[in-house]
Amino acid sequence: MKYEPVIGLEIHIELATKSKMFCSCSADYFGAKPNTHTCPICLGLPGAMPKANVKAIEFTQKFGSAVGCKLLLSSKFDRKNYFYPDLAKGFQISQYDLPFSAEGSLQIKAENGNLKKVRITRVHLEEDTGKLTHATINNRRVTLVDFNRSGVPLMEIVSEPDMESAQEAKLYAQKIRQTARYMGISDADMEEGSMRIEPNVSLRKVTEVSKVSNGSKVSKEQPPYISSRPSVSPDVILPNYKVELKNINSFKFAEKAIDYEIKRQTEILDKGEVPQQETRGFNEQKGITISQRSKELAHDYRYFPEPDLPPLNFTERQFEKIKNKLPELPDEKYQRFIKKFNLGVYDAEILTREQAAAKYFEEAVKAGEKAKISAKSIANVIINDKPDIDKTLPADLVSQIYQKTQATYISDDELARIVKKVLGENKKAVEDFKSGKDAALQVLVGAVMRESKGNIDPQKAKAMLKNLLTN
Amino acid sequence: MKKIQKPEIDVDYVSKLANLPLSNKEKGLFEKQLKDVLSYIAKLNEIDTDKVEPNSHITDLANVTKGDKTFPSLSQDEALKNASKTYNGFFEVDAIFEEQ
Amino acid sequence: MKNVSDLTIREASDLLSSKQIKAQELVQAYLKSAHGQNKKLNSFITICDDAALNQAKKVDKLIANGQKLNPLAGIPIGIKDVFSTKDIRTTAGSRVLENYVPVYDATSVYSLNNANACIVGKTNLDAWAHGSSGENSDFGPTRNPYDLSRVPGGSSSGSAVSVASGSSLAAMGTDTGGSIRLPAAFCNVVGLKPTYGRVSRYGVIAMASSLDCIGHFTKTVYDNALVLNVTAGEDGFDSTCTAQKPDDYTKDIEKSVKGFKIGIPKEYFENLDMKIKGLILEAVKKLEKLGAQVEDISLPNTEYGVATYYIIQPSEVSSNLARYDGIRFGKTREKFGSEAKRRIILGTYTLSSGYYDAYYLKAMKVRRLIRGDFVDAFKRVDIIICPVSPTLPFKLGEKVSDPLQMYLADIFTVTANLAGVPSLAVPCGFIGDLPVGMQIIGPDFSEKLLYQVGYAYERETKWYRVRPEI
Repeated sequence: MKYEPVIGLEIHIELATKSKMFCSCSADYFGAKPNTHTCPICLGLPGAMPKANVKAIEFTQKFGSAVGCKLLLSSKFDRKNYFYPDLAKGFQISQYDLPFSAEGSLQIKAENGNLKKVRITRVHLEEDTGKLTHATINNRRVTLVDFNRSGVPLMEIVSEPDMESAQEAKLYAQKIRQTARYMGISDADMEEGSMRIEPNVSLRKVTEVSKVSNGSKVSKEQPPYISSRPSVSPDVILPNYKVELKNINSFKFAEKAIDYEIKRQTEILDKGEVPQQETRGFNEQKGITISQRSKELAHDYRYFPEPDLPPLNFTERQFEKIKNKLPELPDEKYQRFIKKFNLGVYDAEILTREQAAAKYFEEAVKAGEKAKISAKSIANVIINDKPDIDKTLPADLVSQIYQKTQATYISDDELARIVKKVLGENKKAVEDFKSGKDAALQVLVGAVMRESKGNIDPQKAKAMLKNLLTN
Repeated sequence: MKKIQKPEIDVDYVSKLANLPLSNKEKGLFEKQLKDVLSYIAKLNEIDTDKVEPNSHITDLANVTKGDKTFPSLSQDEALKNASKTYNGFFEVDAIFEEQ
Repeated sequence: MKNVSDLTIREASDLLSSKQIKAQELVQAYLKSAHGQNKKLNSFITICDDAALNQAKKVDKLIANGQKLNPLAGIPIGIKDVFSTKDIRTTAGSRVLENYVPVYDATSVYSLNNANACIVGKTNLDAWAHGSSGENSDFGPTRNPYDLSRVPGGSSSGSAVSVASGSSLAAMGTDTGGSIRLPAAFCNVVGLKPTYGRVSRYGVIAMASSLDCIGHFTKTVYDNALVLNVTAGEDGFDSTCTAQKPDDYTKDIEKSVKGFKIGIPKEYFENLDMKIKGLILEAVKKLEKLGAQVEDISLPNTEYGVATYYIIQPSEVSSNLARYDGIRFGKTREKFGSEAKRRIILGTYTLSSGYYDAYYLKAMKVRRLIRGDFVDAFKRVDIIICPVSPTLPFKLGEKVSDPLQMYLADIFTVTANLAGVPSLAVPCGFIGDLPVGMQIIGPDFSEKLLYQVGYAYERETKWYRVRPEI
């Protein structure tokens, strides 16, 4: 039996705002002592009330726009109610049926060059939870809670289950990360936890391409913008289960986890059974996924509009502004670099991977214009030599390149001419050398360097001088 | 519009959802008392609200937000002040197991 | 000089500023009453001698230095034990928060402290503000000072009783479905439920977020306006608090009510004690004599008020009480009392999957209709007058075993919370020894108007002079 993976990704990105989502604690909590970045609001103390961070909303709308979403004119926050020790209020302020942005897409390029569109259901805003760590104190197993992270703005990006391989999922996630970094809204670093991915994986029998009157299992009562797994192709039945994967800390592990899951589910389906709908955690050491204690009741979140936060209304004009102010995004820049600088696809891809590097490259090209240093040569140096772009100014890099190129431009005839001139002007040094003072050679080398303005390989100059002097 | 159906609550199930431990006695008592309340509440079935918009905010406020500024947080001591169990600056609870 | 416990804020403030009495004396006298009466009345969960006297000392210094102070300076006030008071225990009337000490002040407490008011104590209440009688407290019921065998009304029971019995000159409360107006009516004091969003809720333990209003009790209408002058206003911490500037509520309070149109809603004059009906209509007649006009009106969706309220409120309660998990503060959840547990179960159910549409969503729609009734009525009349309670203060224990009966006590008060409009409860007489109160309801942010009407009526009747014998 041949199966086709049906993969969707839920990505959380911590926004790089100064303050938290609903209070004014500093959101820069990484490395801080536990429970030192809290206040009555993010600690969920009795009586505390939220106030929405306008910057976090702007970031979310900007990002939504960048991934082709439509922005909603009316939006609101909702309460997602469930119990967990890291959830201070016993509910998370999130967005349910009126997210800030919805219905976008991203294009990914597979290794074989094929382009694929991944649809994005929604991009919404919510608050992060505290952090749990497990410990043993006096032979007793305990869980320790730190609320520094509680309340940090979290952007959630939900994709349609359009991906069909672990590789595609990885590419999509990388593209999301790249876009977030380009926008300057987050570091999106998986190791630091500012980007988290949760794939959901199921398998569909390839042979089941039968026409169904109501192609997907969409409940009529679903509010808009809730991913209800519409068919990738309207004729195909979707799997009636999905497995969520958690605890994935890198792109590499994401690929591994998904591949493992595909294998595991294949084995179950081959037996004629259906995989359990559940959440599974990825175990890095063993490279497998393990069922987490099923929180059956956890899925009735009893969403209702957050009464402590009035709704948010926007205008088309505001949205126009957002759209017009978007920075040049990776794909655009990539195309432009190929065209404008005549770069190959490989070089263009590497140079546009990070916005900082792309900016650096362009500044260097500009600096090199006068000296007619080609963009291609600059690209080569950046890609192959990997200079520290934080420490080396673009202009300095260019002059380094210039030095090297100039060094090869001095022809041997020219070099001979300079050497002859120097020998003629430094008779004393010549005599000193001939009478055994080796150090005098350095003096002559120095003179040749000065005369040629440093555009000579000093070893070459030395060799030529020695040659002439000893013959 | 969905109508209020039979006025019964599975108190056992709801108490789990609400993270609220109840004795059997309480469960029995609440089941009966809330049945009465729900029967009364079913009154709302009498009104036709098909063309009425829900009102989730009684004020006409909108777009109430704050700028992205930081202010000093509570000290660690203040944050932990009322907790029954703490450890090295953390809140302490019994171990949560997620099979790994 | 008048008995200290019979003073109004206005009178006490004059005595203080004219240096006829010291703040420390005044506060000391009220602390004495608080301690002395607590066994009988149980109005206080915590009495704050040190904090109150320190503040009083400060006030005396300021007065001695010739500083002009807010009329509330040096005035002993009670605070319902759901308001966070920094370093002063705050229990919500529940064992769950028996030992909880907040690390911050509620905004309204901060405002009162800023005005140099002296907090004499945290008053008793139905736990978590769940109740209409004052019997649901984990710290024992509060008693009605006019008849110790009867309830004082709830949930702000201790605050109402404290003002009525002379252990505070003003007391803060909350009103989500009638929790200020009902005890005000049962205890012969003035109680304001302001417009939703008029007074900051920040720091007040939330009951039902879309319904909670922060209000207060006083002996007289003028006193009440003095307190609102301090607590009303914008707050950067409460996103539902209006930015609309508050009025000076004492200004023009003595203006005549001539030409005011008073609406009498028929739905509020059915199914209640006939004697109560009689008293309210008598009060309206008094206002007519003063030049007001009376018009019969209808608020047709009134009958759905309690049902709507008892969906929205428990739903929000169930969510607001989720934070009490014993991890960061307080005890664990099994320590909740019966009423709290009941409401958590009901509210969790009405929000749950498959039921949300039929309950919470439906209730939000009916809520729009109920508010619509008021908006329409205020196109024709300036204010509405109606009863607070269908019954006189009932006996302790009479309704405790029948939750639905207890809920129906709110029948005349919940609609103002659902509509968001302000309502001032003022004493309007006695039946036997038992007090009766009436509601003066107005459009959004019309507290100034309500005070004018209340003041005019009070001037003719002065019911606050009928003190309880304790």
